Amino acid sequence: MSNIKNAFAGGKAFIPFITCGDPDIDTTYKVVIEAVNNGADLIELGIPFSDPTAEGPVIQEANIRALSGGITTDKVFDLVRKLRETVTIPLVFMTYANVVFSYGADRFIRTCSEVGIDGLIIPDIPYEEKEEFTPYCDKYDVDLISMIAPTSEDRIAKIAKEAKGFIYVVSSMGVTGTRSSFSNDLSHITEKIREVTDVPCAIGFGISNPEQAEKMASISDGAIVGSAIIKILAQYGKDAPSKVGEFVKSMKDAVRKA
Amino acid sequence: MNKVKKEGRFGIHGGQYIPETLMNAVNELTAAYEHYKNDPEFNRELQELFNEYANRPSRLYFAKKMTEDLGGAKIYLKREDLNHTGAHKVNNVLGQALLAKKMGKTRLIAETGAGQHGVATATAAALMGMECVVFMGEEDTKRQALNVYRMRLLGAEVIPVKTGTATLKDAVSEAMREWTNRVSDTHYCLGSVMGPHPFPTIVRDFQAVISKEIKQQILEKEGRLPDVVMACVGGGSNAIGTFYHFIEDKDVQLIGCEAAGRGVDTFETAATIATGKLGIFHGMKSYFCQDEYGQIAPVYSISAGLDYPGIGPEHAHLHDIGRASYVSVTDDEAVNAFEYLSRTEGIIPAIESSHAVAHALKIAPTMDKDKIIVITISGRGDKDCAAIARYRGENIYE
Ligand SMILES: Cc1ncc(COP(=O)(O)O)c(C=O)c1O
Repeated sequence: MSNIKNAFAGGKAFIPFITCGDPDIDTTYKVVIEAVNNGADLIELGIPFSDPTAEGPVIQEANIRALSGGITTDKVFDLVRKLRETVTIPLVFMTYANVVFSYGADRFIRTCSEVGIDGLIIPDIPYEEKEEFTPYCDKYDVDLISMIAPTSEDRIAKIAKEAKGFIYVVSSMGVTGTRSSFSNDLSHITEKIREVTDVPCAIGFGISNPEQAEKMASISDGAIVGSAIIKILAQYGKDAPSKVGEFVKSMKDAVRKA
Repeated sequence: MNKVKKEGRFGIHGGQYIPETLMNAVNELTAAYEHYKNDPEFNRELQELFNEYANRPSRLYFAKKMTEDLGGAKIYLKREDLNHTGAHKVNNVLGQALLAKKMGKTRLIAETGAGQHGVATATAAALMGMECVVFMGEEDTKRQALNVYRMRLLGAEVIPVKTGTATLKDAVSEAMREWTNRVSDTHYCLGSVMGPHPFPTIVRDFQAVISKEIKQQILEKEGRLPDVVMACVGGGSNAIGTFYHFIEDKDVQLIGCEAAGRGVDTFETAATIATGKLGIFHGMKSYFCQDEYGQIAPVYSISAGLDYPGIGPEHAHLHDIGRASYVSVTDDEAVNAFEYLSRTEGIIPAIESSHAVAHALKIAPTMDKDKIIVITISGRGDKDCAAIARYRGENIYE
């Protein structure tokens, strides 16, 4: 069992997503520290990929900014080593299958475990392909996070039964990006999940303000926010850390009410 | 070692590396295809579309002048360029559009590189009364402006994709994103033998008509099988269509011709087998041009249709087991072959197909006169004339 359960131990969780190296690695470091100090319960660190097919324009552009700034997988591991000198909350990577595969799955996941990464979110690894990485995840005790979508229907139970760490419930169809409306079936999905597992589930994709975060946390165990944070980074660049901190605080206050 | 399940795999390649949001859509497609592929009514309708609408069977033409000029093996051209819409792409599109219609879908989306697949999809959508949206890299909308106009004329919406290298790979990514947005009424009509299972199998099966016909036609004309069959490879659909019914005939050599761009020793290349390594992208495990951290390479070829950093999983497997060989052909060699076939046989091949012609120009003279080569001319070159003129320094614009 990884450290991830601790993120949900103190009530509803708030989970920010941050693209590593956008606009540079020092800013990422500061943003993570601000997020932790302002109440983040778990942080998703994105390792940029050249062609992120599950991402909308906001996160696509963050990937491009980070890659053109020279970020690499090894530099992201170094960042995590440095973060772990002070940060104790669970940290997970969010990246694409080829980033893990090309590094060597064994070597990548072993390094995750060494530097203190608790889980992996890989949107292009569905249930059917998870054995690509689960043998190494089991070996090094890193959780491969399962995703469940509004179209999952009869797949929900089998995915949830084998889920580890937490379950990422995708709020709506399409790619990442801020939204004004969500699938209206979400509580139905989280109820189905709870019938088969007590692994916590958090909702993400499109959440951008405290009202939405509160609502999503009220029907699950937490809210995940990506694009709204990346927009702050796109706007403020190196000056973003304190702004992200304020935003995280407002979101954490909202999920506490849920 | 990983235990990998067999369904949708070609050796270690293939699979379904896609977001959960799409899993039920591809499962639904797999089930529908399994049902209809053996359905007599479906096959009758498809055959009728092939024959009456697409102008099949396509000719197997003996290129007498080219054969005499090269002084070696006898050369036959499989004339997919004579199909309605001007390329092999229509074979796959008619199959998928008919399947989508049977599944109750009302909207087709597609990616396109050279625009041939987009034109074919727009055509099928017009014929079958379906809505059509085509994603095309902005760079390609410029190199293939005529095809953009054709798609719009046929009633399709063309969306220029500005992300990444603004070419075929980005168009595929954007079409996938759009599919996750809207699966209930929409079929993603993928244009090559790539992407997640079941696409590589479905597209292969619809393109296999090429080798089925070649086999019949060459037996009629020559009373024996060819020594070599060859085709250009982008994702690999015309090539797998050309190879498929010969895979078990071990004496028939299978050759795929990849785009080397400015050369396989430069960064401006799209030759996946020559320069790529094993990876996972666009729903499949296969070979991809990529850097040491798995970032997909910004590939280049003069040919928009071959300008893709990957190769279909069945080709990757045929390469692994040594059943097919893959060679690379530069821009320069392809342009020379484009001009050569035009002058020698009065046939203007697509710049994609010219890559296969170029390799034939190299090997035919080295072979005995009693040997037979079949080259698939995957499409016609009208769409490329302006770009080739520019390549030669003549500034004509469409
Ligand atoms: C005429 C022609 N040939 C070949 C190709 C390459 O595709 P494939 O390798 O799938 O046959 C294209 C793609 O656009 C094309 O238009």
